[in-house]
Amino acid sequence: MARFVKTGGKTVKAISTASLPDIVFIVLFFFMAITTMRETDVMVTVRLPETTEGKVLEKKSLASFIFIGEPLDNFRALYGAEPKIQLNDTYKEIADIQDFIAQEREQLNEADKTKMLVVLKIDKDARMGIVTDVKQALRRASALKIMYASTNVDRIVYGK
Amino acid sequence: MADIAFLLLIFFLAVTTLDTDTGLMRQLPAIPDPNVPQDVNKINDRNILEVKVNKDNMLLVEGQLTDFNRLREIAHNFILNPNDSPNMPEKRVINIPYFGNVAVTKAVISLQNDIGTKYGVYIAVQNELIAARAKLRDDLSRQEFGMPYEKLDEDRRGAVDDFFEVPISEAEPKRIGE
Repeated sequence: MARFVKTGGKTVKAISTASLPDIVFIVLFFFMAITTMRETDVMVTVRLPETTEGKVLEKKSLASFIFIGEPLDNFRALYGAEPKIQLNDTYKEIADIQDFIAQEREQLNEADKTKMLVVLKIDKDARMGIVTDVKQALRRASALKIMYASTNVDRIVYGK
Repeated sequence: MADIAFLLLIFFLAVTTLDTDTGLMRQLPAIPDPNVPQDVNKINDRNILEVKVNKDNMLLVEGQLTDFNRLREIAHNFILNPNDSPNMPEKRVINIPYFGNVAVTKAVISLQNDIGTKYGVYIAVQNELIAARAKLRDDLSRQEFGMPYEKLDEDRRGAVDDFFEVPISEAEPKRIGE
């Protein structure tokens, strides 16, 4: 008969954790490299429209963001359910866009001022009325390079 | 050591975002200077593809109610005008680097929308029009340079862009149906 009872002498060695900091640092650097700082808290619901031809925004530092959509639930009581424009961290009106663009442009260095890009993050159910107003305001502020933010898909199937 | 690294890691996970932004790049027209007389050279009617989206999100191409799935094909044929039909865009001969003297189309696409049009529908139409133009540019690039449009260098890309310029213009907004 084989004997199953161990006769001592053997102790399980603890796994060395000396390399753990290295591993964690690698993960840390990975995240530092591929992520970007969160700049604004979005206070409107934005469900982006779908496109097949979208291009990736390459220089985020040149971009300014304008959000348009219905206010989030906790702001509804104050601001209603109609789509609103959000610049930086507050709800704003069309008239404020010109100042906002001037301010954003001021933050870029001289060489980049002409390359400024305005990214419009607009809810797909918003009406064109407000979008057109924003576009006209951007033209008046001579911020002519714009990007309609969208989610890229391989194919779009249209209803009907 | 590991604890500090973990703390930093968690901090970065909390304050950063991963998402990359994608979207359609467009150039808005500058506001016309009221002191400068406007260009009176109207574009010939046959060169304009008129695309409208009304307040009920229905698509009208040249006044005809059209299905969204057909828009790309219509725009493709319009730009190309393969049979040189008289009610489709004219061509003019210009000199483009890499191509020499070629007949390029004078087509312009005019996109109009109503104040009540849904933004999502408007973007879908823009997307289809940009897709039609991109397809033609890509085809030309493959045929001429043997590689997709995305892989071309700046000069060649510029030449292909000149070949199929096809501006997609957004009309001055009209306040209708308010």
